[in-house]
Amino acid sequence: MSNTVSNPIIPSGPKPKKFITIERAIVYSVLGICAVFFLFPLYIMVITSLKDLDGIRYGNIFVPTLHPSLGAWDKALFHACTGLYCQGILPGFWNSCKITGPSVIVSIAVASVTGYSLANWPFKFSEGFFTVLLVSSFIPYVVMLYPLVLITRWLGIYSTLPAVILVHTIFGLPILTLLFRNYFSSLPQELFKAARVDGAGYWRIFFQVFAPMSIPIFTVAVILQVTGIWNDFLFGVIYAGPRNYPMTVQLNNIVNSLEGVKEYNVDMAATILTGIVPLSIYFFSGKYFVRGIAAGAVKG
Amino acid sequence: MSVSPTAAKSLSVSIRGLAQSYGALQVLKELDLDIPDGEFLVLLGPSGCGKSTLLNCIAGLLEPTNGQVFIKGKNVTWEEPAKRGIGMVFQSYALYPQMTVERNMSFGLRVSGMNKAEIEQRVKRASEILQLEPLLQRKPMQLSGGQRQRVAIGRALVRDVDVFLFDEPLSNLDAKLRAELRVEIKRLHQRLGNTMIYVTHDQIEAMTLADRIAVMKGGTIQQLADPMTIYSKPINRYVAGFIGSPSMNFIKGTLGGTIKAPTVEVSGQKLDVSDYAFAGVAPIGSAIEFGARPEHINILRGKDAKAKGVFDAVVELVEPMGSDTLVWLELGHQKISVRVESSHIIKPGEHVGVQFRVKQASLFDAQSGERL
Amino acid sequence: MSLDRPNPLYRNLSSKIASLPMMLIVLGVFVGGTAWTVLFSFTDIKVLPLFTPSAWIEHYAGLANYQRLFTTDRWMDCPVITKIGTPNWQFSCTGAFPNMVTYAILAITIMISVGFLLAVFMDQKIRLEGMFRTIYLYPFALSFIVTGHVWAWILSPEYGLQAAVRQLGWTSFSFGWIADRQMVMYAIVLAGIWQGSGFVMALMLAGLRGIDDEIWKAAKVDGIPTWRTYLQIILPMMKPVMVTTFVIVASAAVRIYDLVLAITDGGPGLSSDVPTRYIYQNFSANLGQSLSASTVLLVTMAVLLIPWIRMEFGKKG
Repeated sequence: MSNTVSNPIIPSGPKPKKFITIERAIVYSVLGICAVFFLFPLYIMVITSLKDLDGIRYGNIFVPTLHPSLGAWDKALFHACTGLYCQGILPGFWNSCKITGPSVIVSIAVASVTGYSLANWPFKFSEGFFTVLLVSSFIPYVVMLYPLVLITRWLGIYSTLPAVILVHTIFGLPILTLLFRNYFSSLPQELFKAARVDGAGYWRIFFQVFAPMSIPIFTVAVILQVTGIWNDFLFGVIYAGPRNYPMTVQLNNIVNSLEGVKEYNVDMAATILTGIVPLSIYFFSGKYFVRGIAAGAVKG
Repeated sequence: MSVSPTAAKSLSVSIRGLAQSYGALQVLKELDLDIPDGEFLVLLGPSGCGKSTLLNCIAGLLEPTNGQVFIKGKNVTWEEPAKRGIGMVFQSYALYPQMTVERNMSFGLRVSGMNKAEIEQRVKRASEILQLEPLLQRKPMQLSGGQRQRVAIGRALVRDVDVFLFDEPLSNLDAKLRAELRVEIKRLHQRLGNTMIYVTHDQIEAMTLADRIAVMKGGTIQQLADPMTIYSKPINRYVAGFIGSPSMNFIKGTLGGTIKAPTVEVSGQKLDVSDYAFAGVAPIGSAIEFGARPEHINILRGKDAKAKGVFDAVVELVEPMGSDTLVWLELGHQKISVRVESSHIIKPGEHVGVQFRVKQASLFDAQSGERL
Repeated sequence: MSLDRPNPLYRNLSSKIASLPMMLIVLGVFVGGTAWTVLFSFTDIKVLPLFTPSAWIEHYAGLANYQRLFTTDRWMDCPVITKIGTPNWQFSCTGAFPNMVTYAILAITIMISVGFLLAVFMDQKIRLEGMFRTIYLYPFALSFIVTGHVWAWILSPEYGLQAAVRQLGWTSFSFGWIADRQMVMYAIVLAGIWQGSGFVMALMLAGLRGIDDEIWKAAKVDGIPTWRTYLQIILPMMKPVMVTTFVIVASAAVRIYDLVLAITDGGPGLSSDVPTRYIYQNFSANLGQSLSASTVLLVTMAVLLIPWIRMEFGKKG
């Protein structure tokens, strides 16, 4: 055999891969640049909140301070002015809790039962109602803002907690019902039939058969609702009443307050505080969050 | 570790020492395989035996952990699938949904920069062979399952390659369609004469289509032979039980007698197995399994039932299948099934005689499962 | 004793009772509220609300509200359309409604493109996929108010990006969009895509992952390069996901309010006003205008739903 072998390597087994190819380099660079774009506002929020006013005025928005202090945080939490009162954003935090807790519970209770009815106990016109409900989720909410003011006034609850809970329940109904209906439809029908043959009725089957099997979907619904309701602004401003203004409203008041000098560090601290709850939920719930939005997005 | 040039020319596909592992799990274990030009080879086995993995390694869609793949003498182990001279047909057809039949077939050629005239000619030829001419402007959504499968074959056909790979192409179809397309694939092979490697779990497809069958289990090839050999002389108990429907009967017993005159003792009676072609020396004294296919057993009645070498059995139940009838019998403590012509009327509870055709039987070592 | 046929109303009673809230809400709020808004937008209602059909007939005013709406500069002032062929023609279109249209068009196109591209890259079997996804998606968990204030700070001409870059030496760098009447909507678009692109990416990635593996194998055997496979085979297959995403993003764009409130509160002046803000502010003084503007938004949304409706009915047909 002659030795004019230019490539003495005999291919065998897996192809040797270059550690870095041009494609991989491009992919990672683009992903990395986008990651920086998404992260830098968070970075700026944090470093700004740790500066003092001089640091802001004479410093650079990208450069952290060498003397971080928690003064802005203290002010944001306890002393900042949100309109008439200067008690910081902490009261707003409690308000948001007062609004979010019951709203989540009521909206999910109503929607889960409704979805259950639609999936397993349909009656005449039930599908019709559901279709209208779904279509309604596309109606811009402004269209119903004023009527809802009228309705809550008529019910005597305008400008109170029950009003905002009602409103959140109403606007959460389309998506949550869809979520629960689809989920309950996907549960094995044999289970349902067996329970009926055993003589169980509507409520018993719901609580004793379906509910225990539905932890994942309830988790997704809770995450969806807590995030959406906590982050809400307009419904809180219109329906909850000034004593119950949620954190988002208080935040807006703090930042837009015309009193004295604009304190950007306090603003940023307050902003972070407002975002902490949904962000934490997001970080801890990971895949449920993704499932939630994917589920909310998939219509039929 | 290589294939000699002269041997390689007549070999369409060769595998040397191919192994594939996912972490600790070994899916393929050091396989060697030679497939001559024009052969229709079927890789047969249940889910998880590695047959699809092997096919994907040959195609280049999966990288082996070890070993080499040769196609037409060329080492293609590191080549992209498109450069290996293969065409592939998938279980789910995998037709490009937004393209017409004609575009589906020509897309790959267009991408490779072939000139229009050549593409047209190839598409024309393929659609003639597969009777796709009236469907060329339709989209996959508008086609039936069988038509889609033909388009999938057409897409492979236009590539003008030597080797066709089929990954369970008929599994998604109903029984009737499956039978029809099976025949078409066989016709195609006869007409084109290309090498075809076909993966399936359906033994009937394997038996009807293959020149040779490779029965696989756990990442290894259990037996590689033509269908009739596999059917009549399975190399081990696994292959024997996998092939053939209704399946082979396995009767446990012991090998007694002498080397020159071995016998199998079953429920008190002795069966003379001296007519059996042992592979080696008869291992007297070992526990064995006597394998007899339902069609290789005779049911005898009346005085025939009392002859020498005929066993007593009681009919347990009878399954009429139209063309013949399957009779389930109790032989001692074991149950066997026997195929008889449907004209014979046999009733449950009857005492009958069972005669084994030893020459067509298979003996297996009870422990190793190997054919004796 | 004969048994009467049970009253169908009592059949399945528990389910009907349990569904009562939903039915009341659908009829009372969604259907009723929308109907009220639309119907009474055709009356000369000003400050006090009216309910009864007789009041409607009494105060009927035809398209008066709409005429006023579209001649109100704050809502829409588009010489580019209204003054075609006249010497007063200008290539400009300002007002709350055009602002919303600008935002919608830009946000939808950019978010879908960026989202799709990011999804394609994420689909390349990269390491740290979880980390990247967490980073891209976290803005979606934040309130629009939070996002708005952060970006207002970043885009602040005196202390934000513009100032920082100038400090580094590039003194002519200008990024004062937020204070510029012509550019302010673009600043809002920027904040919007920061918030929402991760969400779009998640939807697209789910869509990509739903594509049959064997299509990829077939394309590989055919020798089709990856980028072409994405473009000519995968993208057409993603049509349902695209339509769904479009509808969701469009729906959010039409309603935009919190974000604008937080970043600019409609400013400078009214140059970044948006329909929802206009409507809300007119509730107490000019109810008729609010109702007609709401109806216009409703119609806009209905138009945007057309591709989705076609797709859904196409399936059943």
